[in-house]
Amino acid sequence: MSPLSRREFVAAGAAAGAGLVIGFYLPHGSPSSGKEIFSPNAYLRITRDDKVTIVVARSEMGQGVRTALPMILAEELEADWKQIEIEQAGASTLYGDQTTGGSASVRTTWDPMRKAGAAAREMLISAAALTWGVPRSSCSAQSGRIVHAASNRRLSYGELVGKASTLPIPTDVPLKQSKDYKIVGQRLPRVDTPAKVRGDAVFGIDFRVPGMKYAVLARCPTIGGKVLSFDDKESKKISGVSYAGKVGDPAVAVVADSVWGAMEGRRLLTVDWDDGPNKDLNTAAVMESLKRAAAKKGASLYSVGDVTKVSGRRVSAEYQLPFMAHAPMEPGNCTAHYQGSKCELWAPTQVPQDCRDSVAQAVGLDPDQVKVNVTLMGGGFGRRLEHDYAVEAALVSKAIGGPVKVIWTREDDMRFSTYRPASLHQLSAVLDAAGWPVAFTHRIISPSISGQKGQPGPNEIDPDLPDEAAFVYALPNVSLEYVLAETAVPLGWMRSVYALQAAFASESFIDELAAAAGKHPLEYRLHMLAKDQDIQYFATTWRTARMRGVLRLAADKAGWGKPLPAGCYRGIACFGCFASYMAEVVEISMENDVPRVHRVVAAVDCGQVVNPSIVEQQIPGGVVYALGNALRAKITIEKGRVVQGNFDDYAPVRIDEAPVVEVYAVQSTEAPTGIGEPSVPPLAPALCNAIYAATKKRIRALPILS
Amino acid sequence: MADISLHINGSEKKVSVPPETPLLWVLRDTLELTGTKFGCGAGLCGACAVHVEGSAVRSCSTPVSQVAGKSITTIEGLGANGLHVLQQAWIAEEVPQCGYCQTGQIMTAAALLAKTPNPSDEQITRAMRGNLCRCGTYERIRKAIHRAAGAGGAR
Repeated sequence: MSPLSRREFVAAGAAAGAGLVIGFYLPHGSPSSGKEIFSPNAYLRITRDDKVTIVVARSEMGQGVRTALPMILAEELEADWKQIEIEQAGASTLYGDQTTGGSASVRTTWDPMRKAGAAAREMLISAAALTWGVPRSSCSAQSGRIVHAASNRRLSYGELVGKASTLPIPTDVPLKQSKDYKIVGQRLPRVDTPAKVRGDAVFGIDFRVPGMKYAVLARCPTIGGKVLSFDDKESKKISGVSYAGKVGDPAVAVVADSVWGAMEGRRLLTVDWDDGPNKDLNTAAVMESLKRAAAKKGASLYSVGDVTKVSGRRVSAEYQLPFMAHAPMEPGNCTAHYQGSKCELWAPTQVPQDCRDSVAQAVGLDPDQVKVNVTLMGGGFGRRLEHDYAVEAALVSKAIGGPVKVIWTREDDMRFSTYRPASLHQLSAVLDAAGWPVAFTHRIISPSISGQKGQPGPNEIDPDLPDEAAFVYALPNVSLEYVLAETAVPLGWMRSVYALQAAFASESFIDELAAAAGKHPLEYRLHMLAKDQDIQYFATTWRTARMRGVLRLAADKAGWGKPLPAGCYRGIACFGCFASYMAEVVEISMENDVPRVHRVVAAVDCGQVVNPSIVEQQIPGGVVYALGNALRAKITIEKGRVVQGNFDDYAPVRIDEAPVVEVYAVQSTEAPTGIGEPSVPPLAPALCNAIYAATKKRIRALPILS
Repeated sequence: MADISLHINGSEKKVSVPPETPLLWVLRDTLELTGTKFGCGAGLCGACAVHVEGSAVRSCSTPVSQVAGKSITTIEGLGANGLHVLQQAWIAEEVPQCGYCQTGQIMTAAALLAKTPNPSDEQITRAMRGNLCRCGTYERIRKAIHRAAGAGGAR
């Protein structure tokens, strides 16, 4: 499966609420199952010493999957959490799609992980009942043991391994009810925290293979350019530099026995570049091309009623957003060892299977000859949904005939990333005599990430838009339209993807409508949510009642309507994406025309919360990330080259700008939905709405401090 | 190449590297102390913070020759007997998400507490402003520093 269709598949599965159960059950009697090990499926192994190993088939980039996913299985297993050991899966054929993105890890594994635990539990109960010669119904599973209460007998899971391994694997198992949960919903500490504070957690960049060399690549600074020739005479004068050679068309690798040697070798490398077709490209031209594309008719994302047949007071506005870079703290890297008939990788990646497949193709092996181990990641934010770093490492390893780690510098990461697409948004609405909206139109004009990667969805609608551009208000006439634009600038999925753009435009514009109608922003939104209504947007059914719930919760907790200290102002926004509902209230003051955000009150409805501690990490994390995006994040192109290079000219939020973030989650027993990304989109519009409250100036282009 | 003697985490280490090599890469590649991280290579993010003679410095921008013979502490040597009180506070406040920047955050905070045992919010902001976290854990970092200070973080 190609990279894109795989991500599309996740989005579709997640939106439909369907668990991805492909390859879920291992055949009974497989080599990993037997008298010493009970392994009824690929997610679980129990050994005689009562060790319960749960396999995590998603990648840990800080979002807590190594804790949250095992909690789901352990709940149904009735395991003793203290006995659980976690194992990270590499690229495999056993777990379906292992892509970690789209805030989909919990929502797509909720069913398979529960069933994996429940099936094992039922088999262990059967094994104990057979051992004791008592009815199954008289036995129960409790914290790592099967108990026969009537006779006060108990057997640990380890003691039942031999017997349980001989039993047939049930295909239909009862799942627990939310009210009976003992692990899910608990504030369990993350399993990865101690190693991360000790400094012995192994990220991709920390992984070592004996004899490994280091490579740094000189890549053509112009988008789409190529290497014409290179001269490594000076590079090779650096102690430890052993090799320089082309990696594909656009890059030259310099290999040394230390990272510093490779960096110095690259500094002294002379490359003659063919700048290629984009040498005159600049950001202004990209924005012009979006305006030109806006003249085209796009594809309908959503339509109800007929916006063209409504009369009344018309309000219109245009919004625009720039390219942005993910900039995770750990720069790109990958370790590879090519050995003729096989290649092994240690990759900090969100897409181990894509790494496997693209490396296989690049070095001329079959996918099953490529082994991909997944390391911890120092942030992902979507950057590691690409697999360029893996292909580079494999090619360099093949070229030098030994293990190598490719390391990107910060400037490499900033300038050779894949960027959140720049976009243009045309909004218009018709207000009735009382000022309430009766028609709403949002045209999203943007290049397609998926389309650029060669896999446009039906009608050229990027397959991400179904998860990220819903309009969760009950209005009689709504039209959401997507207009495809083209760009040569490399595009990627960045935390919350199109939802950031869509929310900034539509939630700012709704504030404009409220102001035009002389109404309060909260009252205005609640009016549009007053009616209980299901809104079917692609595969997701959005409920106005749930959006109303988070909007009221955020407003109540923020003290909306109550007076603020002099000089302080509030803004509010709500948005639904990745099947979750989110509302945020932002409190600011203005200091020399610069907004200072003091407090953000966030309310979320993400269904059943698996681990409240992780939700309370992810939401402030998304808010701070989004604040950096809103204030300053802007990648510009001049002469076909990315201008920004490091954290001085692409400056994220630091501690002095970080607000206090309060998190409130709606109690829910609905199936869990996304949590890694939904807090990002409402922040920029809520902030800009607060700036409007403070200054009466409407910000229609990000970043705010441009 | 130069033979340089380093005093790291209480023990002597001899390395043979070009003298201008940043301390960061000597720690990571030569001595295999990978708790110190590479983030920006330009002294902008603080992921590479270590202590030299008790002060937090950016190892990515410090030539190894400059610290020869000086006392260097990395995250691996911070807690002389088990976890440093800041590391304990980091666990108690569940600070890390991806965790990549956190060793640099902890080293910077430890240098702060050594000089200012009970820092105000303003002092924390000033000391920690050079350390980036893309996961946005700043509020918990602040709480953890206060917690450690309350538990006698200067010791």
